[in-house]
Amino acid sequence: MKINKNKETRQAEPKAPAKRRLSLKQREGMMGYLFVLPWIAGVLIFVLRPLAQSFHFALSQVKMTPKGREITFIGIQNFTQILQEDETFPTELAAYLVKTVMATPIIVVFALIIALLLNSRIRGKGFFRLIFFLPVIIASGPVMSQLMSQGAGSIPAMNTSAIQSLIGFLPGFLVDAIMGLFENIVMYLWYSGVQILIFLAAVQKIDTSLYEAAKMDGGSTWECFWKITLPTIKPMTLLNVVYTIVYLSNNEQNSIIETIRNAMFGTTGSKGYGYASAMAWLYAVIVTVLVLAFAAALALKKDVYAKKTKLYKKEQKKQERLIKRIERRGEQYEKQKARRAAKSAKAVR
Amino acid sequence: MKSRKQDAQRNQQRPSGSVKTASAPRRKIDRYAMKKWFFGSKDTQGVGKVAAIYGLLICIGFVYLYPLLYMIAKSLMQRADLLDSSVNWIPSTLYIKNYIDAFTSMDFVRTLWQSVVIAGLPTLLNMVMCAIIGYGFARYEFPLKKVMLGILIFSFIIPPQITMMPNYLLYNDLKILDSIKAFLLPAFLGQGIKAQLYILIFFQFFRQIPQALIEAAKIDGCGHFKTFVKIAVPSAAPAILVVFLFSLVWYWNESYLTQLYVCGVLGDSYWNTLMVALKGFNDSYTQAGGSVTGEAMGSLNEGIKMAATMLSILPVLLLYFVLQKQFVESVDRTGITGE
Repeated sequence: MKINKNKETRQAEPKAPAKRRLSLKQREGMMGYLFVLPWIAGVLIFVLRPLAQSFHFALSQVKMTPKGREITFIGIQNFTQILQEDETFPTELAAYLVKTVMATPIIVVFALIIALLLNSRIRGKGFFRLIFFLPVIIASGPVMSQLMSQGAGSIPAMNTSAIQSLIGFLPGFLVDAIMGLFENIVMYLWYSGVQILIFLAAVQKIDTSLYEAAKMDGGSTWECFWKITLPTIKPMTLLNVVYTIVYLSNNEQNSIIETIRNAMFGTTGSKGYGYASAMAWLYAVIVTVLVLAFAAALALKKDVYAKKTKLYKKEQKKQERLIKRIERRGEQYEKQKARRAAKSAKAVR
Repeated sequence: MKSRKQDAQRNQQRPSGSVKTASAPRRKIDRYAMKKWFFGSKDTQGVGKVAAIYGLLICIGFVYLYPLLYMIAKSLMQRADLLDSSVNWIPSTLYIKNYIDAFTSMDFVRTLWQSVVIAGLPTLLNMVMCAIIGYGFARYEFPLKKVMLGILIFSFIIPPQITMMPNYLLYNDLKILDSIKAFLLPAFLGQGIKAQLYILIFFQFFRQIPQALIEAAKIDGCGHFKTFVKIAVPSAAPAILVVFLFSLVWYWNESYLTQLYVCGVLGDSYWNTLMVALKGFNDSYTQAGGSVTGEAMGSLNEGIKMAATMLSILPVLLLYFVLQKQFVESVDRTGITGE
């Protein structure tokens, strides 16, 4: 490090001052690297190297022998074995997919609703925030599984029926779907602690003059929500969605990660590190696709709007030009007509 | 109540249609004012609206606390109460033998101490290293910075299962498996549990330090590290607190990786944490669940399990109630919503 610095300064000294500024910048950059160095080493050792290695494992059969690891390349055999022969893993993956696609919007929307409720002018805000953030502290894998196994995860029957009567005005299939979710409602609700706080912070940051302006123009609270609140906190929504998916995927309530670990230590011939790595890769691909799909769904909406407005403006301009052209042509035609008429009049004369 | 008064005042002040009817003979109910009182207007909240908000919040709050209350209630019940369907919430007698049983079977004092060490030491490392790394990202411009930040976010999203196996083998080769070093090494290199998040928090925070302050320090002869220690760190106190608390809680709650790296899958390591012990509690019970003899049922009923759960979350719960403000305002302080 020091040698490098000396070299730079020595090189820079005899040259023009313009060059020296560059070297200063470089030196700053070197300091930056020095600060980030542990992280770079960490990423190389604990993220990129394992990624490559587990990909290698996924494509091979790993046998643990007393001498060490024996790795034989077998191509995509692990993957085909998982998808064709494994009894539980594909079904678990499908179940995870459905559950996550269902739960993520619920968690995020619920968090948004709570955040909006907490943002209204009421007393005891701090107390409610305290309650809603509590699960973040205590909702860990073993605790959750203990509570679930005791049946504390679903709302007691009396409450459920109360909610059912509350949403009774909805069509039947909707009620059924909602009631299905209420089976695990506490679990889902407990997962939204961080999201509530993120939304709350975002909602509180919105400039109140925006709402005042909207109210001046006669906008209702409902319209304000859709036209001001929601678009403003859109980046936070994306953040929350990604956070929720990552949380749901890496959560210990998720049976897939247990399956992978069991496969890792599985002693039966076919399983082992290779097989488990293939599982982990499949899982990672699905999680990534989910994150990207949700992110795209959220980001695309804005694009559609922007596109539409752009298209509309374009069309308007086009029409204006057309109208102008027609007018011009009309004028020209009139002029020509007049000229011709004049000519013919001359000729006649 | 308050809004009603305000409304009434406003109605008196305003020479509008509603006031006329209000000052007219009392028999006529002012429907407009009633409506306004109940539903609120554009700038005041009606009683109905406030009541609805409170109702919703209290309902959802109860749902939130339900498992916790359930746990506390069950943990204080004796067997007769658990089996008696007429006893739902309030135990007939305060029965703390469940706690004593759970206390002894978890080897509570020793496990608690080890949990504190296992959560605490990596947390301290996490805090220091993430601050340094975050400062490096925030303060300096260098080539490939954008790529690195991309990798940072990417490494947050990928499931740890994918890197778990090679890391397990690495720790095995380094002979640090089944010891706390398996947690300290990644934390030292900025790869502890959720370290990416903390790096981003520090990154966000250090970017808000005015450049002029740093330049002033530079002119006064501060080196790079001195600037970091004397200027950046003191101004980042809220972020440090947030990272400390969250790292502590998340290390405390982690049982999957703790079991794999530190406690050993077979549970034969010196180390043990409350969460892993609780997991074992559950496993041993479900294993015994197949052939429940009267004795096993008696020694491991749900009262004891709930007591064990309660004991294992009690430390973080206390921490939460003591430092609630820091926890609840954490998100505001990290400046996630800044920009």
